[in-house]
Amino acid sequence: MDPTILAAATINGVLLGGMYTLVACGLTLIYGVLHIINFAHGSMLMLAMFGVYYLLTKLGIDPYVSIVVMVPAMYLFGYVLYKGLIGRLAHGRDENILLITLGLSILIENLALLFFKGDSRTISVSYSDRMIEIGPTLVALPKLISFVVAIVLCIALGLFIQHTDTGRSIRAVAKERVGARLMGIDVDRIFAISYGIGLATLGAAACLLMPIFYVSPSIGHVFVLVSFTVVVLGGMGSFTGAAVGGLIVGLTESFGGLFLGESLGQIGISLIFILILLFRPSGLFGAKS
Amino acid sequence: MNTSTPLSRRLILQAGAATAALGAPGLLLAQTRPVKVGLLHPVSGALAYSGGQSRLGGQMAIDEINAAGGIKSMGGARLEALLGDSQSRPEIGVSEVERMQQDGVAAYVGCFASGIALPATQAAAKYNTPFLIDVGVSDAIVSRGLKNVFRLAPGNGKCVEDAFAGLSEVNKAAGSPAKTAVIVHEDSEFGTSTSKLLTAKLSSIGLEVKEVLPHASPTRDFTNLVLRIKAIKPDIVIMSNYQNEYVLIARTIFQQKVDLVGMFSVLGGGFNYKFIKEQPDVAQHMMDFNHWYSPRNPKAIEMRKKVEASNNLFTFEVYCTYNAVKLYASALETARSADKASVISALEASTWSDHFMPYGPTKFVNGQNQGGRAALLQASKTDIDVVWPNEFAGAKPVFPRPKFS
Repeated sequence: MDPTILAAATINGVLLGGMYTLVACGLTLIYGVLHIINFAHGSMLMLAMFGVYYLLTKLGIDPYVSIVVMVPAMYLFGYVLYKGLIGRLAHGRDENILLITLGLSILIENLALLFFKGDSRTISVSYSDRMIEIGPTLVALPKLISFVVAIVLCIALGLFIQHTDTGRSIRAVAKERVGARLMGIDVDRIFAISYGIGLATLGAAACLLMPIFYVSPSIGHVFVLVSFTVVVLGGMGSFTGAAVGGLIVGLTESFGGLFLGESLGQIGISLIFILILLFRPSGLFGAKS
Repeated sequence: MNTSTPLSRRLILQAGAATAALGAPGLLLAQTRPVKVGLLHPVSGALAYSGGQSRLGGQMAIDEINAAGGIKSMGGARLEALLGDSQSRPEIGVSEVERMQQDGVAAYVGCFASGIALPATQAAAKYNTPFLIDVGVSDAIVSRGLKNVFRLAPGNGKCVEDAFAGLSEVNKAAGSPAKTAVIVHEDSEFGTSTSKLLTAKLSSIGLEVKEVLPHASPTRDFTNLVLRIKAIKPDIVIMSNYQNEYVLIARTIFQQKVDLVGMFSVLGGGFNYKFIKEQPDVAQHMMDFNHWYSPRNPKAIEMRKKVEASNNLFTFEVYCTYNAVKLYASALETARSADKASVISALEASTWSDHFMPYGPTKFVNGQNQGGRAALLQASKTDIDVVWPNEFAGAKPVFPRPKFS
């Protein structure tokens, strides 16, 4: 195998990992606090991507600039959704939340089909095809930016959780719900904030993905399985885990594609998923139960 | 007291006129009962966009026919659309056929996808109801001996055959700059079968297949695959895949500045006006063999303007369904009734030429229009041009395409 292709595949795998980390860090936060798998994660990403698409095509707002709109908008959407619907219907039971988010994902996807139609859309901005030479390969600038932002986002979320009052409350609720409530923490509000932050990260991810990828009502499915793998690999609720897990999955996919072909290459991701579940169910950075 | 009025000639005439006036609407109603045309398309689910475009074309044809006075040989009978949604699922397509049958459908037009058309046509065959295929390339649709099925557009085999003829002619005309090829295909039935056909026949037109690269759908990133193509250095890349992967591969080849003589696809999933509008730099000079209208036909130009004025794209689904409905209307004119057997006979003997496809008059053998053929298309930064066959071409092919370096 030509060493330049190997080097190119490594760089590509790392950048791909950044993309997965972006989508997975919101998922890991929601799991870490609510202890539920958010089945609506993919559909929320799809909604955010359509938001970015229309901000550009209707109002001319650049995808990177639209971060300032999409992050607060998705936060608010998540907060209100949890307070108004998920929290109310859950009646304090985790399995109810799981079913509600599953139902939500079906509803949102079908509404998206109704309003946006079934076709895929892409955007073209001045920098979408700008290439940077890194070693032996040409790297698309938006991919590089998404990688850097993914890492920054993980660090920022980690710092937020560790060093702010809200972050401490989130950690308290995640560890001991009843104890946190006895200490005067409004647990329902923390749940809503966590769900909001989880969706806000998707707002940021959507802004960074649109110059690279396409959007369609079923785009969530393209990312959701790989995001779950990243979260399970890294450890549920761990941002460091999301970053490292993303990189491992990205590299696995890249080398899998290189050595086994693009048809079989993705088998590596499923293999990782099975191996982690077998030998380290808590993930690389997850707290052992 | 006798109050009776003597019957005068005038009274008898008045009574006769009144009877005629009262009876006539019933008579007229019987004569002009609408003919129900089932438009069966996947307007929801994964194929929703194409299904919606097909429905648009079908409804436009029905509206036009009605506005022009309906089916003249049937006393101006109007066409009425019965709308069906297969939800992109074969089993729902079949249940929609049954539902429409109960609603008194006279003929079906559909189904956009071969997978839905295969069982749906079979269900309609039980009732001997004519089924006009608008889009659906599988050759199995018309090779099962179903007498009720008719396809105006070409099938998969003919499209690939045309692709070879077109590619060979274009390459020869340019001095044969293309000698090697790489085939990239999605790994399900559609891409794999097309790739096999291509691989087996490419050597017959002097092209050596360097490598065949399958990929899964969805695939999120094609950088490695494109780097392999770059290392192999083929003259042309031939793709056979669906919309999303088509666009991602084209974009990555453009980004990685892979110099090629040409990029082709056969029934390319992503080759359409939207691709050109959204990614003009990437799309420029890409070529595709697909269903297309004759760009020299004024009716096609007029319809394109009409469709675009309504904020829709003039995609092949629109005019394939439009022409399929028009073909049915012509058969009704010939048959002078909506009787299913008579319409099937009229279609079998049809020599209809009032369409705007590059086909010539219709001639059906086992339900397949023999003149149906695909066109070689090439994208510019703003439009799609027919570049082959020469008699319908609206532009000359840019082949070889300009190099990046």
